[in-house]
Amino acid sequence: MIGALLERNPRFANWLYGFTPPEHGTVVLVHRRVYIVPTQLGTLYALTLLILLIGSINYALSLGFALTFLLAGMGLAGMVHTARNLARMGVSVGRAEPVFAGETAQFRLFLEARGAFDRPAILVRHVRSRAQMVVDVPPQGVAEVVLGVPAPGRGWLPLGRVMLETRFPLGIFRAWSYVEPDARCLVYPRPERSHLPPPCAESAKGALRSPTPGNDDYAGLRAYQFSDSPRHVAWKAVARNEDMLTKQFTGEAAAELWLDWALLPGHLNVEQRLSRLTGWVLDAERAGMHYGLRLPGVEIAPGRGEAQSGACLQALALHGRT
Amino acid sequence: MKALPHPLAPDLRLLTLRDLMWLTGSLAIIIAPHALRAPWWLTLLTLCLYGWRFSCTLSRSPLPARWLTLGVAFVAMLGVWVEYRTLFGRQPGVLLLMLFSGLKLLESRTHRDGTVAAFLGYCLIITNFLYTQSIPTALTMCVGVFALTATLVSFSAPSRPVRSNLRTAGLLLAHAAPAALALFVLFPRVHGPLWGLPQDAYAGMTGLSDTMSPGNLSQLALSDAIAFRAAFEADPPPQPLRYWRGPVLWDFDGRTWSTESVYPIRFEPPANPQGVFRYSVVLEPHNHGWLFALETAISLPSAARMSFDGQVLANAPVRSRLRYDLTSALAPGPARDESRAQLARALRLPPGYNRRAIALAQDWRAAGGSDADVLARGLDFLRKGRFSYTLEPPVLGADSVDEFLFETKAGFCEHFASAFTVLMRAAGIPARVVTGYQGGDLNPVDQIITVRQSDAHAWTEVFLPGRGWVRVDPTAAAMPQRVSAGLARALPQGEGLPFMLRADMAWLRTVRYRWEALAHKWNVWVLGYGPERQRDLMLSLGMRDADWQKLTALLFTFLGLMTIALLVWSLRRLARPDPVQKAWHAFCAKLAARGVARAPSEGPRDYSARAARALPASRRAILRIGALYIRLRYGNGVSAPGAARLRRLVRELRLA
Repeated sequence: MIGALLERNPRFANWLYGFTPPEHGTVVLVHRRVYIVPTQLGTLYALTLLILLIGSINYALSLGFALTFLLAGMGLAGMVHTARNLARMGVSVGRAEPVFAGETAQFRLFLEARGAFDRPAILVRHVRSRAQMVVDVPPQGVAEVVLGVPAPGRGWLPLGRVMLETRFPLGIFRAWSYVEPDARCLVYPRPERSHLPPPCAESAKGALRSPTPGNDDYAGLRAYQFSDSPRHVAWKAVARNEDMLTKQFTGEAAAELWLDWALLPGHLNVEQRLSRLTGWVLDAERAGMHYGLRLPGVEIAPGRGEAQSGACLQALALHGRT
Repeated sequence: MKALPHPLAPDLRLLTLRDLMWLTGSLAIIIAPHALRAPWWLTLLTLCLYGWRFSCTLSRSPLPARWLTLGVAFVAMLGVWVEYRTLFGRQPGVLLLMLFSGLKLLESRTHRDGTVAAFLGYCLIITNFLYTQSIPTALTMCVGVFALTATLVSFSAPSRPVRSNLRTAGLLLAHAAPAALALFVLFPRVHGPLWGLPQDAYAGMTGLSDTMSPGNLSQLALSDAIAFRAAFEADPPPQPLRYWRGPVLWDFDGRTWSTESVYPIRFEPPANPQGVFRYSVVLEPHNHGWLFALETAISLPSAARMSFDGQVLANAPVRSRLRYDLTSALAPGPARDESRAQLARALRLPPGYNRRAIALAQDWRAAGGSDADVLARGLDFLRKGRFSYTLEPPVLGADSVDEFLFETKAGFCEHFASAFTVLMRAAGIPARVVTGYQGGDLNPVDQIITVRQSDAHAWTEVFLPGRGWVRVDPTAAAMPQRVSAGLARALPQGEGLPFMLRADMAWLRTVRYRWEALAHKWNVWVLGYGPERQRDLMLSLGMRDADWQKLTALLFTFLGLMTIALLVWSLRRLARPDPVQKAWHAFCAKLAARGVARAPSEGPRDYSARAARALPASRRAILRIGALYIRLRYGNGVSAPGAARLRRLVRELRLA
């Protein structure tokens, strides 16, 4: 109920949690942001203390009083220790590698412990997806947390609110804090498996260097370039201690493929078109072709390699999103 | 939204072998004292339950079914019932709790169950204090508390090394100590009990009883349990004068001395006492109404009355250690008269018993003279009668006094007191038996007199016209060394004395004295801290009429301050900037004062180079500081001497 209320009134939530998302840079959990309440076991602990106190009074047990009061003091100290386990923890985010829609985005968080004591058993939980992980942060050290957040659709996926929780050292108090770091993950459209379009008439406008479209005809060796697929490296030559060489196929040079939004069948909607184009980009890259991408308002010149596929996939992911 | 497993939720994490070892080990420490008191089968059963739980984890087999656990519980409860005929007494209750710790462990699957078992362990600790609250018990239970706390810590940080968890547990307890002390001192104490206690709550207390028959004092003398301790304001009276008066017995049935009723009178302090001693007594609980006072009490403790026969009576049976202040005088001044009825009672003898003794006493009376002469004849008879003093007196028949005086001639103080009182009554002198303690051991360490059950004694009081009731110790007449040097010297060699009473082994005595001085402090300041002590302490701190509201307010103020102090402690260590960084900032501030301020984007290398160029007079120093800072900041971690050197260099930097 309270959760729903906070959902509807983000400003109230921001006031309550003491920050306005998203937060840039390293977020430090100051005391204002750390909340603490007794757990169910904490209530049981209090009940035990009450029983001990009544027993001590009833039987006039001096050492019973001493034990009861020692445990009461320990409850109090435990509360401070639990809060301390999160106090002034620094939270920063790392880069999240792009994923395809339907996959899980791997967000990296870094918990930095200040102070010369360790912070054991800290639960980091992604509020929206409930992805979670428990880490121990070493003294003056950093612990890395990877949260696998499901990425349902293409575009930028913001991390959203993350909860840090601890029950250390006695389990009778639970301290928690929320952060919403400025982290996002690029989500590519879900690729659709289909056959690559033929390098069609359209491409005839470009210079066709060879009439034969065959992919597998061996044509010779050339010096290795960084973007060359490892499958085309002449490993035998490498084994002979020669330089890295790349096998060239006649078809490769020939195919300059335009993956064009406008050429897709008319019955496909936007997302289906993007999915098909995504699949094509992946296939073309795998086949080692030169390919370009045309979307309404975007044109990426033909090229090859990781940079090319990255640019194309990003354009597809952000199509229509600003 | 479906609730996913919460990795910190204790009801989802299973107990590992390590957890189990911690939990079982802690519980074993705590129940060890109980195990020695419990019937053997119950101890064995509890240990078997612990072992069963272990074997389940080791063999990775599931825990026993609930019906099986309940069956074990039922059978064990039946066994306890057979043993004690009840389940609700103190002893059966405590033993059942011990058993439940095993049963709880057996059904403990998760950390949540384990935590509940640990809380049960805390409850078991307190049950030990029902039996003894001595220093060794306290120390053992401290170990138990520490182990249980470490167990809880290891539950909440399962992957942490044991050493770290132990350190955390120690830190928690150390942080708890100030609050615990404040609560102990300031928590408003009330007089218990809050409700009726079980029948056997005060079982097993040793001490004098309200009757005396041959053999029961000599039994008591075998115990070296402490009866009470007395601290005198000035030097205590010498041992032969230390008669601690207890129950007075008037009525004799031929074998047993008893008294039917004791009623209090209005106490009037004597006008002109001589030989006054002020002292305080810490009395061990004995579950009877009387208090012990040095002969003769001339003032009373606040919550006590004086009986018609001079006993000091507490308002309620002494069931917990009691501290009271008294004044006694060796010569209390002029004596009071005694009523006729009481004098007649002090002459009564059961008809048909002890004919020879009565005949002997009547002979003394017939020989003429005053009561004092008759008394002297009686003492002379004991002195010359070759009586022997023994802890193992022969068994006596129906005419116990005759048999003792004329046949066995061996007995303990109750035999002498009983026989002499009978003799005096038969001779027409009103007499009564007084029981109590004689002597006591003066501890040279803290000047406190410890009186043990082995100092139990019985003597006679006779009524002489004009002098009132006069103490006569027939044992002292027959065995003078009993009173002058204590029980150990009076007994023949080889009689089984309590270990603590043996006269040889001087070093042992020294150790014993030190230990007892410590134990006395413990009793007075820790165990004896109750409503009265609390009031006294508050008064001495200048807090008049400390009621519970004031104490609570004071307590909460202190606890609040302590929590704030703890919070400040935990944050200060985090807020404190790194010493290297601090020195660097001081360096930058010094340079900025000379007009070389660091640009926000400027790194330490560029900045120190620029500053060195701008201030050529201090070039070397500036470059050294820059290089050292870079090494400390970006090298292999901060070393304390390196940081100190940087601080020194920055401090000594003089910019021309």
